[in-house]
Amino acid sequence: MSSAVDAMLVMVLLLNFFVLGSSRIRSIIYTVAGQGVLLGLLPVMVHEGIGLRQAVVSVGAIGLKAVIIPRMLMRAMTDLPIRREIQPLIGFRTSLLLGAVATAASMGLAARLPTLGSAGSQLLVPASLATILTGFIILTTRIKAITQVLGYLILENGVFIFGVLLLEAMPFLVEVGVLLDLFVAIFVMGIIINHISREFSSVSTERLSTLKE
Amino acid sequence: MIAMIDLIAHVLLLLLMPPLLLGVIVKTKAAFAGRVGAPLLQPYYDLIKLFQKGTVLSRTTTWVFLAGPTVTLFAVMVAGLLVPLSGRPAPLRFAGDFILFAYLLALGRFFTALAALDTGSSFEGMGASREVTFACLAEPALFLGLLALARLSGGLSLTALLGGQVGGAWIAAAPTMVLVVGGLFIILLVENSRIPFDDPNTHLELTMIHEVMVLDHGGPALGAVLYGAAVKLFVLSAVVARLMVPVASERPVIHWPVFVVSMLLVAVLIGVVESVMARLRLLHVPNLLLGACLLTGLGFILLLGSSS
Repeated sequence: MSSAVDAMLVMVLLLNFFVLGSSRIRSIIYTVAGQGVLLGLLPVMVHEGIGLRQAVVSVGAIGLKAVIIPRMLMRAMTDLPIRREIQPLIGFRTSLLLGAVATAASMGLAARLPTLGSAGSQLLVPASLATILTGFIILTTRIKAITQVLGYLILENGVFIFGVLLLEAMPFLVEVGVLLDLFVAIFVMGIIINHISREFSSVSTERLSTLKE
Repeated sequence: MIAMIDLIAHVLLLLLMPPLLLGVIVKTKAAFAGRVGAPLLQPYYDLIKLFQKGTVLSRTTTWVFLAGPTVTLFAVMVAGLLVPLSGRPAPLRFAGDFILFAYLLALGRFFTALAALDTGSSFEGMGASREVTFACLAEPALFLGLLALARLSGGLSLTALLGGQVGGAWIAAAPTMVLVVGGLFIILLVENSRIPFDDPNTHLELTMIHEVMVLDHGGPALGAVLYGAAVKLFVLSAVVARLMVPVASERPVIHWPVFVVSMLLVAVLIGVVESVMARLRLLHVPNLLLGACLLTGLGFILLLGSSS
């Protein structure tokens, strides 16, 4: 069981790198959706046996992360004139390298942390930290609002991986609350993106830093 | 006795099998395209034809021009002696020989590039520059992959890295092994200038990498170049094949046929990749190579993380 979890976490890490290196927004959305499916399966795999809680969290996560949010983003894409993130603040190769450094650093950091109740595999904590950092890199270095939303999603995916570790200890409501938070946040961002593109005919957030009357 | 059989089989396969892999790749591509394709043994006929021809040398060339193919051929041959083809100890082995392995390949590349520059043709210079650039990016990936294998096996020679312990490594660290095999397969494609890095069939100088470097070679020199390229393909495929089919046995009747079949499988795999993929734009090649570095690097990092 543990090796299956390991394999899934490695897949999650690889998808992180794919997002860092890709410029096509559509394929990034698909990738994040794929990551959502993997994450949704994670609680079931880590806590062997399917109880009602695992099932609800799993189905909720897959439905939200892999179906609803990607679909909303895709719909936003059809209204927007952009297909690619052309000029990120730092280039794709540099951000790939940054991602590699972040992954290595989170491996090192996780080795130093006191072990939390080590359910599942040893990779859970480092994968979670690496995914959070990847989301952070995307969030800070990309200019288009929609890619920033995707960065936020990846960041949340990282938090979710960490949450899987604590699924036994965490109240069910908290888990559902996090998913709901995420949903609302994406919803608001979707509206903002639409407004930005309607007002300024561009979704580059750089333009927002200059004030206009 | 068994060691003797192993040695003879190793050398014979290293000398005779490489062109067959090319034949299998061409046949696979033909099957994908719905054609009959050239005979499986066509590369052998080509080589025999080339070795019977005379040579025309440009007046601008020096001895380097002929040294290029020769040194390349022998460098990859020696590299082939370092690889434990069937999992049994290789004919040549010592601690740290994987570094020699990597740099024998680099030596061959260096002399091919020199021979290309020696002709004074601008096209060949461009090809040499590309080949060397991509090699720079491929080298870290190769070393990270070999480092991960060294960490897993606890040895420092290729015989330990690719020998009988590979099966155990798959059980101990399957994710790492998948990443390393993936990375090394990309290295196999770039080192041998296969699609998606370079199209071995193309004849447009502007886009060629490896082929453009040998435009001026003819007759036996071209034969040596082609044969050397085939041997290089064989050697690197053997590394990938060993990792994918980690059979360890004491009996030559078992492990040599297994090795031959696994090599043919790798050749078919290359043919499939070439059939379903298009050649990458030159600017995108470094991205894929960086991806290979990340794959093998991540494999290595995973090992560090799980052992501490």
